[in-house]
Amino acid sequence: MALKGIDIFKMSPKKNCKECGVPTCMAFSMKVAAGALPIEKCPYMGADVIAKLSEATAPPMKTIKVGDLSMGGETVMYRHEKTFVSKTLYAVSVSDTQENADEVFEELKKVDYERIGEREYAEFVFVKHDGDTDVFVEMAKKAAATGRQVILDVDCPVCAEAALEAIKDAKPVLNGANAENVEKMNELAGKYGVVLGVKAEGLDALYDLTAKIEKMGNKNLILNASTASVKEAFAETVQIRRAAVKNTDRTFGYPVLVNTAALAPGDQAMQTALASLFTMRYGSIIVMESMSYAQALPLFGLRQNVFTDPQKPMKVDPGIYPLNGATEDSPCVITVDFALTYFLVSGEIERSGVPVNLLISDAGGYSVLTAWAAGKLSASTIAKFIKEADIGSRIKNRTLILPGKVAVLKGEVQEKLPDWNVIVGTREAVELVQFLKEFK
Amino acid sequence: MPFKKTPQKFSAAIKTVEIGTGDRKIVLGGESVMPLYSFDGPIENAPKVGVEIVDTGYADAPEGLKAFYAGCDTMAEQAKKAAAMEGADFLCLRFESADPNGADTPVEDCVAAAKEVADSVDLPLVIMGCKNNEKDAQLFEKCAEALAGKNILVLAAKEENYKGVGAAAGLAYNQKVGAESSVDINLAKQLNILITQLGVSGDSIVMNPGTATAGYGFEYVVSTLERIRLAALGQNDTTLQMPIITPVASETWGVKESVTEEADIPEWGDRETRGIDMEVATAAAVLAAGSNGVILRHPQSVATVSRLIRELM
Repeated sequence: MALKGIDIFKMSPKKNCKECGVPTCMAFSMKVAAGALPIEKCPYMGADVIAKLSEATAPPMKTIKVGDLSMGGETVMYRHEKTFVSKTLYAVSVSDTQENADEVFEELKKVDYERIGEREYAEFVFVKHDGDTDVFVEMAKKAAATGRQVILDVDCPVCAEAALEAIKDAKPVLNGANAENVEKMNELAGKYGVVLGVKAEGLDALYDLTAKIEKMGNKNLILNASTASVKEAFAETVQIRRAAVKNTDRTFGYPVLVNTAALAPGDQAMQTALASLFTMRYGSIIVMESMSYAQALPLFGLRQNVFTDPQKPMKVDPGIYPLNGATEDSPCVITVDFALTYFLVSGEIERSGVPVNLLISDAGGYSVLTAWAAGKLSASTIAKFIKEADIGSRIKNRTLILPGKVAVLKGEVQEKLPDWNVIVGTREAVELVQFLKEFK
Repeated sequence: MPFKKTPQKFSAAIKTVEIGTGDRKIVLGGESVMPLYSFDGPIENAPKVGVEIVDTGYADAPEGLKAFYAGCDTMAEQAKKAAAMEGADFLCLRFESADPNGADTPVEDCVAAAKEVADSVDLPLVIMGCKNNEKDAQLFEKCAEALAGKNILVLAAKEENYKGVGAAAGLAYNQKVGAESSVDINLAKQLNILITQLGVSGDSIVMNPGTATAGYGFEYVVSTLERIRLAALGQNDTTLQMPIITPVASETWGVKESVTEEADIPEWGDRETRGIDMEVATAAAVLAAGSNGVILRHPQSVATVSRLIRELM
């Protein structure tokens, strides 16, 4: 439970000595409760109190790091409450009994692109040990060579150690502590300094095993959701997150790995559906048999949407976006840098097939009407953008189409840009197709 | 120390709305738990999957979908095929060609087509229009009249035309009324209240609080649906307890990921697969956020999403 300022005050020395830099103990306690100051700032707080408080003020869900990637650290159940901290990550699965593993590695490299300033690619390779140890070690090396983070899915400690030794610099996740091998696996995780994945049948067993590993001193863990059925996997993933975030049960305060490759083997569409479901509902790592463009386009789009900060609009970079093979002789359509506006407008222009230079002006990431109301889209900002981005010399065509919602700006824009032919476009993006076809 | 489960059960419930008649009728809603959380409490009426049939045909459709409907010249013939899809719970007839800015198909022709469908299949029917408010109002009124007794859902009444649509479909012909608003919990609530004030019972309303394709501002859809569900169950807000239906296909099959031919962007691969993955990913996400029913187009999407639902129940 999060402590209130008054609770901390009760445990404070109440001397008002100001040595912490705050005038009174009460003010200090309030700041600690808000997370603005660490409790250790007070020189007179007893050790037992500090221990108790740092436990109580710690976040309910730990942040686990693998390379540059972060998982967990969430504080809310729904994105509108505050914001989600760590986005869902995706893994592509290969098995050491799989004939076409090399193809999987090749395919993996192909899907790696940018979407609104974010690199989109499957962050992990999930190497599954089903057969020969030597093959497993070789595959682990190949996986590490892709430059992606590696998850070693293995429950035999000897094979695990062989693979860990082979790719120790890659710091792979060791996914394989179960009730039988837990001591050895935990020892290996400690020896190689890697994250340990925990597996057990059912929530009770998983809870006990996690508690046991924590007692051994290891709190660098991820939890595996059931692979027995979709229903079980979903029930576990939601309940683990709920226990951590709503009930501050720290034993379950770890990221969850969901293996859709095991839940729906060979069924790409079902794996896409499951990946979508678990991106929405609390999967931190989602394992799939593949991440083709067909799967990547919806999933990375969904992830980017779900994990945006609800308090901050998504923005695209201002500039010229030539669509449908537009050249310097194609007309210009101008709009704002709000990502959703950009996607809708560019999508509709693409649908029209008419070559158009889409100009994105800096409007602080607001939609057309909001930007206009906030003074971030006006005749002056448009004129300034045209001048500063040097549109005049980069594009020869002198037709500028304004968003229909700011038709009122036409006169003023025309005045400021006398050599342009300013035209009022449509109010809604969907009407653009017809508008552009007729306009052409 | 064993793990202590804390089921999240609410005393409020989503209203139940029946669509269709006879053995194949479907019930939407009724649950007292968050979407798909069957581990928290029973979900008696699993979310339903509908098949969208468009009256403009499948000339631009990817090969597999085209082949599925090959030889079908009328909506009734397509409906018979669609009704046999694995996982199809209901059918949705979308009269896109009625658009006055497009083919402007007369209302009488649309109604005749709907009637023919109703006579040839026994699945519950949902009628979608062409997004032109006046034309849709006429279309819904005439369909509600012609299909009296079939207990159809018209999708949907909007703020601009709810009086006509609500009075005709909901009051005069006792059909079910869809309430469509644009991705805002307050707009959804307001429209439900307005339609209820016309005299349409809350048990005859199904909401479509707006939708989008995954990646296209979908965060607003997620948060709107989640907040509606939390208000309905957690705060017992009776004006938001209507079940939710989401037309997924009409959104996802229009975005460039589903439209672009393989020849134009070869690395993206097969267009049909892209369309299916976009459709199932979006459907799974709206179901997780709060939909009680999704409308899909491709047979593989229908089969996949209905299997996903079955496995979760």
